[in-house]
Amino acid sequence: MERHFEHDLEELKERLLWMAGLAERAVHQAVQAVFQKDEALAKRVLDEEKAINEMQIEIDDRVMQLVALQQPMAVDLRFILSASRINNDLERIGDQAVNIAQSALRILRHPQVKPYVDLPRMSELAEGMVRDSLNSLVRRDADLAKSVLVRDDQVDNLRDQIFRELLTYMMENSAVVFPAFELVLVTKNLERIGDHATNIAEDVIYMVAGRDVRHLAADRR
Amino acid sequence: MASVGTVHSGNNVNLKSEQSVDTPQRFSLPPKPSVTADSSLRFKISGLKVFYGPKEVLHGIDINISSNVVTALIGPSGCGKSTFLRSLNRMTETVRTARVEGDILLDGENIADMDVVKLRRRVGMVFQRPNPFPKSIFDNVAYGLRINGYKGSLSESVEHSLRRAALWDEVKDQLHKSAYTLSGGQQQRLCIARALAVDPEVLLLDEPCSALDPVTTAKIEELLFQLKPSCTIVIVTHNMQQAARASDFTAFLLEGRLIEYQPTPKLFTTPSDPRTEAYITGRFG
Repeated sequence: MERHFEHDLEELKERLLWMAGLAERAVHQAVQAVFQKDEALAKRVLDEEKAINEMQIEIDDRVMQLVALQQPMAVDLRFILSASRINNDLERIGDQAVNIAQSALRILRHPQVKPYVDLPRMSELAEGMVRDSLNSLVRRDADLAKSVLVRDDQVDNLRDQIFRELLTYMMENSAVVFPAFELVLVTKNLERIGDHATNIAEDVIYMVAGRDVRHLAADRR
Repeated sequence: MASVGTVHSGNNVNLKSEQSVDTPQRFSLPPKPSVTADSSLRFKISGLKVFYGPKEVLHGIDINISSNVVTALIGPSGCGKSTFLRSLNRMTETVRTARVEGDILLDGENIADMDVVKLRRRVGMVFQRPNPFPKSIFDNVAYGLRINGYKGSLSESVEHSLRRAALWDEVKDQLHKSAYTLSGGQQQRLCIARALAVDPEVLLLDEPCSALDPVTTAKIEELLFQLKPSCTIVIVTHNMQQAARASDFTAFLLEGRLIEYQPTPKLFTTPSDPRTEAYITGRFG
């Protein structure tokens, strides 16, 4: 017998994945807007943010109702609390995507500073972290979630590397300071997206295994 | 030079005289409350088996119950919770065909070797349905004191017990009315007052709130908190939320076996056994 509660939990999960799809798509479109100098794509990201924000409120309402009306326990409680936190991370990912799209709109007014080599690698890594953190949620796969945590350092290293490189460009030629600085902001936002994916992966580990791995050194996770 | 030796809760921080006493000098976290730190053992139970005729209903339970905490027993109907509870003050002996094996030590002494009247004075019990005696409210509470030859002031002691059971204000003007004139919730609190009158060290409660409304249930749960400093409480409940709210430790029984025994917050958030998980999330069977 499937209970009403199970149905509500399944719906919460579906809505969360729907929102995850929106956030993932926003990030992808925003970075593509930078690489392809696509103004329309950047504006689409700004338009679609509204949907992510509405989803956040809807998911919060569902979480509140499930806690108040069903008094969930154990794995259900861990799922609902994780869903609430993941909801916030997804909304923040949406915000970072909007920031990147706004940078894209400013960058495309200037000539390209340099060929994009490491930046696409970084965005691929960060997007992959978001994708896999969400796949780990769908499959309840703590190992896949752990693999996301490991990748956060790679994203951080790329951010530092790209920053040093852009700094040399800015020191050599003050005319590129404005677009180069915008690119630094893009890397900062991508790095934050990686952090949110890490949070989601940590929540999945808590949900699946009941272990809280936040703020633990890598070898203890 | 530091002059005032102010003990800031848990931190032992010496504060200089000119500093506000509310400001710790160094950043530190507040101490964590713990229910296990200074809880000594009240019951040590090993290999407890109970048979009703040829049927074995408890299959060798090993469990230690700490003093001055609330321990909840949960599990589906027929899992042996009530039998386990009744064996703690030898109420199982009231069933003619019942047989008990294994050891139940109360403060280190085997209850099988104790005088049963003394045992039940030390280990009181409240049942699912309120069962006041067909006597006045006063006499219900005084009953245990009288048969134990209590020498002090009966009226003081009755008042004290009724206050502890959060019933005094409601009945103080009608102490000589029949206990049957009280509502179900009041009768249940009267039974708790009756059990408390002889000052038991342990109170066993067998689904004490199953017939009560939420307000009375809340009163009884609050009572458990208030009794904790002076009493060890073991409560059987079908209400998972009640176990979660009111207990410090929870034991999950299934088919006469102890499946899991944990601090309550742990059991209800991250249980170790998949059977516990299935039961408390309602996906059982």
